[in-house]
Amino acid sequence: MSFPDPITVFRLEAGELLEQIEAGLLDLGRNLDDRDLVDAVFRGLHTLKGSGAMFGFDALAAFTHHCETAFDQVRKGEVPATQELVAAVLEARDQMRLLVETPNGEHGAESERLLAVLHQAVKAAGGGEAAAPVDTPVKAGEQKKPAGRKRYTLLFRLPVNAMANGTNPLGLLDELRELGDCKVIADRASIPPLEKLVPTNLHVGWRVELVTERPRSDIDDVFIFVMDDMELSVSEEDLDTAPVVEVKPQVQPVAPAIAAAPAAAPVSKAEKAPVQDVRANARGQENVRVPAERLDELMDRVGELVIAQSRLYQLATSSVDIGLRAVSEDIERLSGELRDTMMVLRMVPITQLFGRFRRLIHDLARETGKQIELVTEGESTEVDKGVIERLADPLVHLVRNSCDHGLETAEERIAAGKSPVGRITLAARQSGGEVTITIVDDGRGIDRSRVRAKAESSGIITPNTQLSDQELLQLIFQPGFSTAAQVTNLSGRGVGMDVVKKSVEALRGTINVVSNPGAGSEVSLAIPLTLAIIDGLLVRVGSGRYVIPLAAVEECLELSIEEDLRSRGRSFISLRDSLVPFIRLRDLFLTGTKPDPFQKVVVISTGSERVGLVVDQIIGDHQTVIKSMSKLHQDVATFSGATILGDGNVALILDVAHLVAAGQHQEAHMRAAG
Amino acid sequence: MNSAALKHNEEFWENREEIEVLIFDIAGETFALGAVMVQEILDMVPETPVPGSQPFVGSVINFRGKVIPLADIRLAFGMEPTRITIDSRIIVIAIDIDGEDTLVGIRTDKVNEVTTLAKANSEPPPSVGMRWRPDYIECLVKRGTDFIIVPNLTAIFSTNRERR
Repeated sequence: MSFPDPITVFRLEAGELLEQIEAGLLDLGRNLDDRDLVDAVFRGLHTLKGSGAMFGFDALAAFTHHCETAFDQVRKGEVPATQELVAAVLEARDQMRLLVETPNGEHGAESERLLAVLHQAVKAAGGGEAAAPVDTPVKAGEQKKPAGRKRYTLLFRLPVNAMANGTNPLGLLDELRELGDCKVIADRASIPPLEKLVPTNLHVGWRVELVTERPRSDIDDVFIFVMDDMELSVSEEDLDTAPVVEVKPQVQPVAPAIAAAPAAAPVSKAEKAPVQDVRANARGQENVRVPAERLDELMDRVGELVIAQSRLYQLATSSVDIGLRAVSEDIERLSGELRDTMMVLRMVPITQLFGRFRRLIHDLARETGKQIELVTEGESTEVDKGVIERLADPLVHLVRNSCDHGLETAEERIAAGKSPVGRITLAARQSGGEVTITIVDDGRGIDRSRVRAKAESSGIITPNTQLSDQELLQLIFQPGFSTAAQVTNLSGRGVGMDVVKKSVEALRGTINVVSNPGAGSEVSLAIPLTLAIIDGLLVRVGSGRYVIPLAAVEECLELSIEEDLRSRGRSFISLRDSLVPFIRLRDLFLTGTKPDPFQKVVVISTGSERVGLVVDQIIGDHQTVIKSMSKLHQDVATFSGATILGDGNVALILDVAHLVAAGQHQEAHMRAAG
Repeated sequence: MNSAALKHNEEFWENREEIEVLIFDIAGETFALGAVMVQEILDMVPETPVPGSQPFVGSVINFRGKVIPLADIRLAFGMEPTRITIDSRIIVIAIDIDGEDTLVGIRTDKVNEVTTLAKANSEPPPSVGMRWRPDYIECLVKRGTDFIIVPNLTAIFSTNRERR
């Protein structure tokens, strides 16, 4: 058993924090007045600083500390959040990432520069230096000017496990005392009898009467790190206008020191009680990190278990022992459930992927000077972790393409009668065993004449080739094709769309492009939900069994004897008035067996192209774990993988795209021959 | 060709004087493989032919939940196919193919023993007078009156893959 290296754990955690900070900043950039976002970013910075210092990332802690100090002015409302400020903190965030990854690198000069930029932004936004006096008049809208003394009555109760998470209630009370004249009364109502008391739990709530001139927000600040889980109610009373009322304590005053159960009461007086673990609390659930390869191993084991179970089932059904049968049925149910659970384990919401694009769009907008807005839809769609990772690069490329080539500048857009802000929509949607991801822009669309000119000049097509609109658009996926007149930093190196297409096909997916001149383009990727599982139709050809991916199957029908005989020369069946070419798998696989008397046709399709596969028998559907073929069989294009059947035998999975292409080729050949 | 074979020879022995090998029979000849690469010896299991593959790796088998290719090195050496007998076994080996650790099953007629071969008894394959391709053979090791063939599996698997 190996224990994870704490530094690695910190890095992972810091990575998550940085992502949260980034997301918060990007949201803030769109909605500068949102106090909750400011607080969220501040908390993120604060936690990062704290855990950075704890794990010895001193450069990170120091740098983050300065950023936090500067950002604190925003949080306190001394400085309004501005776009410049948000951009400066975003840049600083990237520096923090560097400091997390290479803590010993030479980052000093860059850190200095970024802090200078940040301070400049703070100053421009109307604040003082980072070290400016704190009691400057408040500027942000929602806060009122300090209006004389007030009496606040606070009732608060922390979650019972608060102390396990490192919160020190005494520290909170001390902070409240610093705000003004304070009377603290413990609410012991929920303390259980001694025999039921759990010494590490927090059973005490507090009622605090505070007389102060400080604004309400200062009170909220005391609770900023525990706010998410606690109960807090605050009522206020203006002392300078209302007559002073003597409030009789309803509960006997109790010294706060005995508030917490003695066994757990921290002795030291913490000056402040920042909570390291607020984040985990806020999410309200526990997560465990597991390396993907362990999941794969587990998946293999589960696969073996399912096979062993089906052997047991066969033994049990041929036995008269009722006990054995009962056990066999239990095992069958359990292993099925285990497999289903296992498959869900690998699925993650696609938000993870889409989240990365917000930053990309933000940066692209700054680089190109275009105004770009990103809309995402269907973020909760769940996709296999492996698929998500392999989708990232192609998607980045497509989004860059849309921003760079698709969207016009604000002036061009206004001239075309559109909103000056270009819009990129990233949408995900699950349909059956596939997830469809679309990248839509409302830009200028693909210029057909330029595509044609470019394809002709680079020799992809000969001049005057007759092409349908769809065929013309497909040319952009050819290697070496790029319509950008200028090579920019973003795209236009001509190494783009063909690579995108290859990566999508490697995921057993398809890519499609639709474009309306002047109205924008839409690229859609259809990707299987998972690379590990396939829903298949199990068929028999000769003595071999094969799996056809169910997603590609359109229908199954019987090959009538007339058609069977007639099609000896030309292999077509007519299917609702259209001719569909078919392939006899027995011939393709050279089984050397006699065909079954009633041949079946499985019609498969990719996009608009259809092909029939003639098989001897359709056995039924079969959900299965995909095993890849070894390098020794990579040259066999007919199969995309293999799977292990219930009886332990191996069945091969047919590669639909390849078979359709082969069928279409055969059709073209037949047509040419007449 | 011969110099390449000599190089293989050096790699196989890895500067050692002796090496542990697994001895097995295929079509009346005796072969040996480094014992370190052997994962497991299986009884014959049902195999699934892969239509369109090279005959030399014409099928796949289920090895502990993994689908691995089953190779028949008879075909690489141009030998006659032999029938499956009660002694037939599959040796599962781990071999590096294009930088990827790959499990491959090898069909044999009989697995004999694990023994130690001495480098002093080994010879590079003769360049003439042999019906097999010399680069398929790592070396020949004399044992008693007979020769044990140490096949060069890396060469066999790579050339066979590129032939198509």
